[in-house]
Amino acid sequence: MDAVLQLANVTKEFAGHKAVDGVTLSIPRGTFFSLLGPSGCGKTTTLRLIAGFESATAGEIRLNGERIDDLPPYRRNVNTVFQSYALFPHLTVHGNVAFGLRNGASKANPAADKVRRVLEQLELSGKESRKPAQLSGGEKQRVALARALVLSPEVLLLDEPLSALDPQLRQQVRAELRDLQKKTGVTFLFVTHDQEEALSLSDSLAVMRAGRVEQMGPPQELYRKPRTKFVAAFLGEMNWIGGVGVRPEAIRIARVADATGRKATVDGTAFLGPTAHISTTLEDGTKVKVQIPSSDCPYQAGESVHLCWNAADELRDLT
Amino acid sequence: MTSTPANRLRAFFLTPVATVMLATLGVPLAIVTAYSFLSRGPYGGVEMPWTEENYTRLFDPLYAGIFLRSAWVALLATAGCLVLAFPLALFIARSGARKNLYLALVILPFWTSFLIRLYAWMFLLRDTGLINTAFISLGLIHAPLPLLYNEGAVLLGLIYGYLPFAVLPLYATLERQDPVLLDAAADLGATPWRALFRVTIPLSMPGILAASILVFVPCIGTYIVSDLLGGSKTVLIGNLVQNQFTSSRDWPFGAAASIVLIVAAIAMLLLMRRSREELL
Repeated sequence: MDAVLQLANVTKEFAGHKAVDGVTLSIPRGTFFSLLGPSGCGKTTTLRLIAGFESATAGEIRLNGERIDDLPPYRRNVNTVFQSYALFPHLTVHGNVAFGLRNGASKANPAADKVRRVLEQLELSGKESRKPAQLSGGEKQRVALARALVLSPEVLLLDEPLSALDPQLRQQVRAELRDLQKKTGVTFLFVTHDQEEALSLSDSLAVMRAGRVEQMGPPQELYRKPRTKFVAAFLGEMNWIGGVGVRPEAIRIARVADATGRKATVDGTAFLGPTAHISTTLEDGTKVKVQIPSSDCPYQAGESVHLCWNAADELRDLT
Repeated sequence: MTSTPANRLRAFFLTPVATVMLATLGVPLAIVTAYSFLSRGPYGGVEMPWTEENYTRLFDPLYAGIFLRSAWVALLATAGCLVLAFPLALFIARSGARKNLYLALVILPFWTSFLIRLYAWMFLLRDTGLINTAFISLGLIHAPLPLLYNEGAVLLGLIYGYLPFAVLPLYATLERQDPVLLDAAADLGATPWRALFRVTIPLSMPGILAASILVFVPCIGTYIVSDLLGGSKTVLIGNLVQNQFTSSRDWPFGAAASIVLIVAAIAMLLLMRRSREELL
């Protein structure tokens, strides 16, 4: 595997507290990689360590095999899309996008051409002379992307870039991000706390918890074969029945008895559009959530039902 | 303004300050304006007839020169204050929990009268002052340096006196700047120096303008600093006005010079408002 970015035992301590605790990661070139975890898990600090805004207490960060952890941020060939976008309010769209090019050694004019091309690519043509205050949220985000991508970074760091957008727009921008990564071939390192975002966008992802990487791999593998209870519960929903994990969508529900079925009582149902969630309680008091197509959901609260699932869908031996 | 309850309430609370301003600023200004169009009385004061001669006299090269010199000194003092205040304001804005302590230190000199602080400068700068005696006793010089009673001393006094007026607005504008913009600048390849000139200073323009006005306007009209530290050689507009009302006993001419000064100050303020609008 050709890794563009490698972290080896990277640790960052803030006043005795380890925000990042021995993180080892290898990011394959040209892929969409996500760091996923709850707030405070160290994912943003990891990103800031790679960008150079924080310096690691211990460990090594390598870009194309070269150590970069001693370099100031302005010497690292990675660029960041900030959560708040951090556009320069006194500069126009064009000024923001050209900002990084003017810092470079090249004084020649291919700069103007580069800016025009990236603005076209991000559908910002015609908005060059606007100030950030005159842009919509989605446009601001595209300027932030353009400003970083115009420098052809080895890795583009994205710090929860969708969280400031309203939900409708977020879906659309998610698809655009994915396309942009494919089209440009730039390695994207995406930080998010939204598991759906991470699962739908990433070629592979790392789940973080309390400064450590819990598990790393492609989305399907992490969802189907989580190694820890934390990963199992953080990605999607999980029922814990007698020490075994079963996903709500793996459970079948019926009114009639079944050889392997277990008796349960319906507590309530929630209609979620294409699917419905049914909350049930087993005879031993265990709460079990069931997810079925909403068209197959005639169940009422208080009703007795039978639940069953395949042994193959049980997740065992999670730590 | 329509007479809504909110507007009536506003009028009620603004009446006291409006009355005070009218009595202490509006009325005297009207008197000064009227005086500036009258003729001088033999022992001071004013008498009829109305005339605009006081204003035409200001175009005399002698007086025009005084105006220009005052503007030049004020400009130098403003530039000096900005150059000294900007790094200080930047330092305070980025010093976290100690901000308030440093700000308190900046305004600490106001606890003593400006007049007394200027006398302190005289004691430092005069021929038998601390600096000259120290240098002579160390054998560095043999005759006292002419530190006092020149334009340099006036400039020093102005920069010293009005530095806090530059620090405070600069601090206010720097403190509001989002630190993530500096991360962004570094991320896009800007060294700290480039980030200072391409992000921090451009974003501070409103504060730089406010500081310039707050220093320039009192400096161009100063009379106490030039009177005490400049001696008789350095006559600025402030001293000209004072002389007309005291030794020269030409109140209308002094009034005309004051009005021109006020108009110049208002013009500066309007100019600032326009450039602010362009910036934002």
